Amino acid sequence: MTAVTAAATPSRATGTVQAVVEIRDLRKSFGDNEVLSGIDLDVHRGEVVCVIGPSGSGKSTLLRCVNLLEQPTAGTVRVVDHEVTDPDCDIDRVRRKVGMVFQQFNLFPHLSVLRNCTIAQDKVLGRKGAEADRVARMHLERVGLEDKVDAFPAQLSGGQQQRVAIARALSMDPELMLFDEPTSALDPELVGDVLTVMRRLADDGMTMLVVTHEMAFAREAADRVVFMDAGAIVEEGAPEQVIGAPREARTREFLRRVLDPTHVEPGSAGR
Amino acid sequence: MALTRRQRARTFRGAQYTLLVVAIVVLALVADWGTIGRRLLNPEVAASLVPDVLVIGLKNTVVYTVLGFAFALGLGLVLALMKLSSVAPYRWLANLYVEFFRGIPALLVFIAFGFGVPLAFGTRFGIYTTVMLSLGLVGSAYIAETLRAGIQAVPKGQMEAARSLGMSSGRAMASIVIPQAFRIILPPLTNELILLTKDSSLIYLLGLSLGQYELTKFGREAMSSQANLTPIVVVGVCYLIITIPLGFLVRRLEARSAKAR
Repeated sequence: MTAVTAAATPSRATGTVQAVVEIRDLRKSFGDNEVLSGIDLDVHRGEVVCVIGPSGSGKSTLLRCVNLLEQPTAGTVRVVDHEVTDPDCDIDRVRRKVGMVFQQFNLFPHLSVLRNCTIAQDKVLGRKGAEADRVARMHLERVGLEDKVDAFPAQLSGGQQQRVAIARALSMDPELMLFDEPTSALDPELVGDVLTVMRRLADDGMTMLVVTHEMAFAREAADRVVFMDAGAIVEEGAPEQVIGAPREARTREFLRRVLDPTHVEPGSAGR
Repeated sequence: MALTRRQRARTFRGAQYTLLVVAIVVLALVADWGTIGRRLLNPEVAASLVPDVLVIGLKNTVVYTVLGFAFALGLGLVLALMKLSSVAPYRWLANLYVEFFRGIPALLVFIAFGFGVPLAFGTRFGIYTTVMLSLGLVGSAYIAETLRAGIQAVPKGQMEAARSLGMSSGRAMASIVIPQAFRIILPPLTNELILLTKDSSLIYLLGLSLGQYELTKFGREAMSSQANLTPIVVVGVCYLIITIPLGFLVRRLEARSAKAR
């Protein structure tokens, strides 16, 4: 596995290769159930890393350990030069620099779209009034929703809500964006708009760690694809390698099921 | 002979209407309408109450209830947060408090405040303070439970989203979770307000001077001085003037929150 890691040099990191996320031997158990069993992963500045794998493989838990929404059981996680696994680490300071986009959007339903994007600027960064509004509007324009500033989340489609959630995270000027299956709760026709926004973000050089089931997105936008199964990284590398020509049998098996859901195993036909 | 299902349903419905009409007719015949007109629904007696029942009775009931409710809301929020605390003794204390004040009649709390506090501390609070504390203590026990349920009804993702933006847990609670909890519990909270309005009738125990009378006390005094039951009917109507709009408000809020889901 270390050989695979070494082979995967980030294609867009410029100058000195700087790790924004540095995960070493990360373990996480819920009771007796070990969800992550020793993960090593780096994400470099400007890099887009997509994590794929079957449900229950620990992808989301891995992502949530990066900003400590889940407390790791063992191992170290360094994020933008802070060791978040250190009990003395001020996690709120680190989280300011780490945007997160959730599967269920989690917009604040009692606040307008604009306020969703300004409340944390106001309460966390102390950036108030017109300046916070300006930043929020800039990012809402970026996701194509500048005309929805006064709407409330319930008045928006799922795709629009998710784009607001992206703008909300961007309004904090993050150095890293985490995406936890951002399109999995969307109607199929709404997925494209969200992926377009994410593509543009990637092209602008944002460092992104993306848990996704969108193979087309991973193939086109990722610098590196990580395939996880049963709490471990099975294979990682360039998208054309991991998705295009997987080395591991488990990766091939997963991709076959994802890319051709109607495919029936030879042995199981007719039962 | 067997009846068809439709015939049976029609017969049954007819019987229900008949019962209703018979009950009304019997009551109308048995009641002594002359006496009712004089002693219970006497328009002259009602008219004689008119400015005072509103500017003293109704006003004081509203003032006492609002004071008690405000205190109950504040204390209820503290208790709800204690119930959700990770510090076990806070949870125990809050549970003890809620069980205690929910489990004893409000009347006892008023007696304790009216007579116990002056005995224990040698001083009497002013009437407004006493009312606020005694109504508030009772109300807060119920409101704490409602609020706790409301806070827990806010989806977990809201707290996670707020935390992931760098908010501390206290900040996230204050800016994101509690405002949403209040929206969820607005209907049950309004019900608490209705109950508290009626509980405020127990304040008479504290011994009130004329200007401090709330509706029930006002009605009872007028009843004895005029030897007539009409004042009781009048103050009953006054309670309904407060509570029926509140009940209407509850239904509106429930309909609105059902739509927002």
